[in-house]
Amino acid sequence: MPFAQYQTDGFYDEMFDPQGAARAEARLLLETVESLDEGQLQRCQRAAERLLLQLGVTFNVYGDSAGTERIFPFDLIPRIVHAGEWSWIERGLKQRIRALNEFIDDIYHDQKILKDKVIPEEVIRSAIFYRPQCVGINPPRRVWCHITGTDLVRHGDGQVYVLEDNLRVPSGVSYVLENRDLMKRTFPQIFEGLHVRPVDDYPSKLLETLEAIAPPSSWQKSQKPTVVLLTPGMYNSAYFEHSFLAQKMGIQLVEGRDLAVLDGAVWMRTTKGLRKVDVIYRRIDDDFLDPQAFRPDSLLGVPGLVEAYRAGNVALANAPGNGVADDKVVYAYVPDMIRYYEGEDPILPNVPTFLCWRDQDRQHVLQNLDKLVVKSANEAGGYGMLVGPHSTAGEREEFAGRIQARPRDYIAQPTLALSRVPTLVEDHLEGRHVDLRPYILYGQEIQVLPGGLTRVALRKGSLVVNSSQGGGSKDTWVLADDGPHDASFGSQSQMQSGRPAGAR
Amino acid sequence: MTGDAPLLSRVADSVYWMARYIERAENVARFIGVNLNLQFDLQLDAERQWQPLIDTSGDTEVFKERYRTANQNNVIEFLTYDAENPNSIFSCLRTAREDARSVRETISSEMWEQINGMYLRIQANNQMPERESLPEVFRSIRLGSHLFQGITDATMTHSEAWHFARLGRKLERADKTSRILDVKYFMLLPSLKDVGTPYDDIHWSAVLKSVSGFEMYRKKFGRLHPRDIVDFLVLDREFPRSLHYCIRNADESLHAITGTPMGAFQWPSERLTGLLRAELDFTSVEQMLRDGLHGHLDVLQAKMNAIDAGLSEDFFARAPEEIASATAKSSV
Repeated sequence: MPFAQYQTDGFYDEMFDPQGAARAEARLLLETVESLDEGQLQRCQRAAERLLLQLGVTFNVYGDSAGTERIFPFDLIPRIVHAGEWSWIERGLKQRIRALNEFIDDIYHDQKILKDKVIPEEVIRSAIFYRPQCVGINPPRRVWCHITGTDLVRHGDGQVYVLEDNLRVPSGVSYVLENRDLMKRTFPQIFEGLHVRPVDDYPSKLLETLEAIAPPSSWQKSQKPTVVLLTPGMYNSAYFEHSFLAQKMGIQLVEGRDLAVLDGAVWMRTTKGLRKVDVIYRRIDDDFLDPQAFRPDSLLGVPGLVEAYRAGNVALANAPGNGVADDKVVYAYVPDMIRYYEGEDPILPNVPTFLCWRDQDRQHVLQNLDKLVVKSANEAGGYGMLVGPHSTAGEREEFAGRIQARPRDYIAQPTLALSRVPTLVEDHLEGRHVDLRPYILYGQEIQVLPGGLTRVALRKGSLVVNSSQGGGSKDTWVLADDGPHDASFGSQSQMQSGRPAGAR
Repeated sequence: MTGDAPLLSRVADSVYWMARYIERAENVARFIGVNLNLQFDLQLDAERQWQPLIDTSGDTEVFKERYRTANQNNVIEFLTYDAENPNSIFSCLRTAREDARSVRETISSEMWEQINGMYLRIQANNQMPERESLPEVFRSIRLGSHLFQGITDATMTHSEAWHFARLGRKLERADKTSRILDVKYFMLLPSLKDVGTPYDDIHWSAVLKSVSGFEMYRKKFGRLHPRDIVDFLVLDREFPRSLHYCIRNADESLHAITGTPMGAFQWPSERLTGLLRAELDFTSVEQMLRDGLHGHLDVLQAKMNAIDAGLSEDFFARAPEEIASATAKSSV
């Protein structure tokens, strides 16, 4: 029995309640897994891994020699989200994206939120991803955040929190689609009796979103606009996803060298001459997008692209400049943005955040380095981070020095006891920590892909779920309807931190 | 000709080379397989038997730098597993896979999985195996390539990108057939004392087997004769590995890509291909032998290289400004 020795170890378990009974939405799954023949789970797991390699579902590892590819480890036991909880998450995400979008539009126009002193002007002026080049730009429909991959985590108190917004070039959605496909191919019996919401329509929705933001002029010839996906190339860590999405949408996958700007418009070089491009889903960071506007040494980008964009001759998704709201100091103010722009209380809470540039917060952080997680304000992928309880005295000292030298660059949060999901370890199941990244599209309207990417820290006890650091993924099942379930979701935060620490 | 979906120049380039490299791997595998078989029938010293394979590959200099003698082990290592040799089977499959990976959204998933599978197999078995499993290694590479071509023809729309793949495959095949003929003819013909002996038969049948042409030749000509073999491998209208057949296919695909009527040209590469095709359409074996086969094959190879360079210039590597002015001109 794979669950014979299973322990929740005092963590919030997505499958079992604290008494060790299966949660209502997980009961059927548990029965199926328990009824499997000896070794069947492992056989399915191995078949899935073989399939991933054969299909070439891989990511490139930086720091390894060029072209080194690995499969993103996949675990067969899905994470289940019941319908009631999902509808709450979905409402929370939509509210958050609306507010963030208004914030970015405001920041590059009137800056009302700064004038009204809801956010200190200094915070924006010192944000390294604030782009003066974007001031005054009016993207189609005034949408800036077309594709977002918000990171959610559930803490030991049962509450789901927003950890990061990922407004720039979030990746991982291809694994959501591939994981589901893999489950259907290698473990079909597990779906028995459950109505899991499909994810396969994501590429269609994404294409709709991209077409919706095409410059009005591109519709004139009663032709559909030409949409392309811009990739840095096949050595990029997310290249698989770029080609996967282009293929599923039936659009061209282009590199910077395939594009040229002539007479203020963007063209791609084809065997039949130049073709005009109307919408670019770019998977290149702002910095590398256009050597004339941003980093002059970029070889990946297209000279003149930003001017063509500013002139309204081409649409870019996501809009350049979004990164200003990915700054973890700005993140701390998102609940205030929601209140300011939407006149509502936030549905999804932030993780309480200490801002080291404030003297009081910094004192608290420096005194509690062994309890807190310290993060660099502008690094992603689990880099530039100190997990206090797992750190050495030397590391804490190093971070204390860094915080004092550059307080603006650091924030701290309580160490979260991320929830766990049963995960196959050799021949049995053990709890492993997970997060959840839903994907939100914003073209004509805001749509949320049901589920998202559940990343799992495969190393025992580890809280780091990033693929570059020993993370894997699971299929995420959003149930279409709930039977009776425990109604613990959405309850008020019980998280106790040193002192109240929102943005204000 | 092919609807509205535009084909990126870079993608056309990669599809073309993907097909070329798979075809190249197949040919190298066949050459080695035939030579392995041949050694039981001939009492040649290793050098004389294996050096021609290196000469056929066109990488004689690279080989000399890296290995001392052309014995069986060194030659198979160099042509099969050597990652430093850009034309080893391993390198061909690696490059083909890189190309395929860069155009995954253009080719079919089945094509990608086949190429990926071939590459992963040779990557997992990248050491010289036991003597007795060698023939199977080369057989599986040949079959893998055939399977890839079948999958390509059966799962990919026969539109522009497919025609670029076909162009690459046919040009590569024509080049390899001409090389094997050249090297073997050069090597075999001087030994006039062997003409008509069983050894001669074995040599010439090996040439035909190197391009999977032995049985088909027999049906057509019966006895092995150098003149007929040249006729068959260069000028046959129906044998799929003859130069004539391959260049005709290449010419068809090129016209399918450009939409230019057959027999006419708009692009320099079309003109070069048409000229070569016409030459093969109307030349005779007697003419070729009179001029000297070696010299003649050399010229044919040079013409194929010029077509390759022309394709690159016309379709893969033009600067945007140049395309813009050409487009403007053609729309006037």
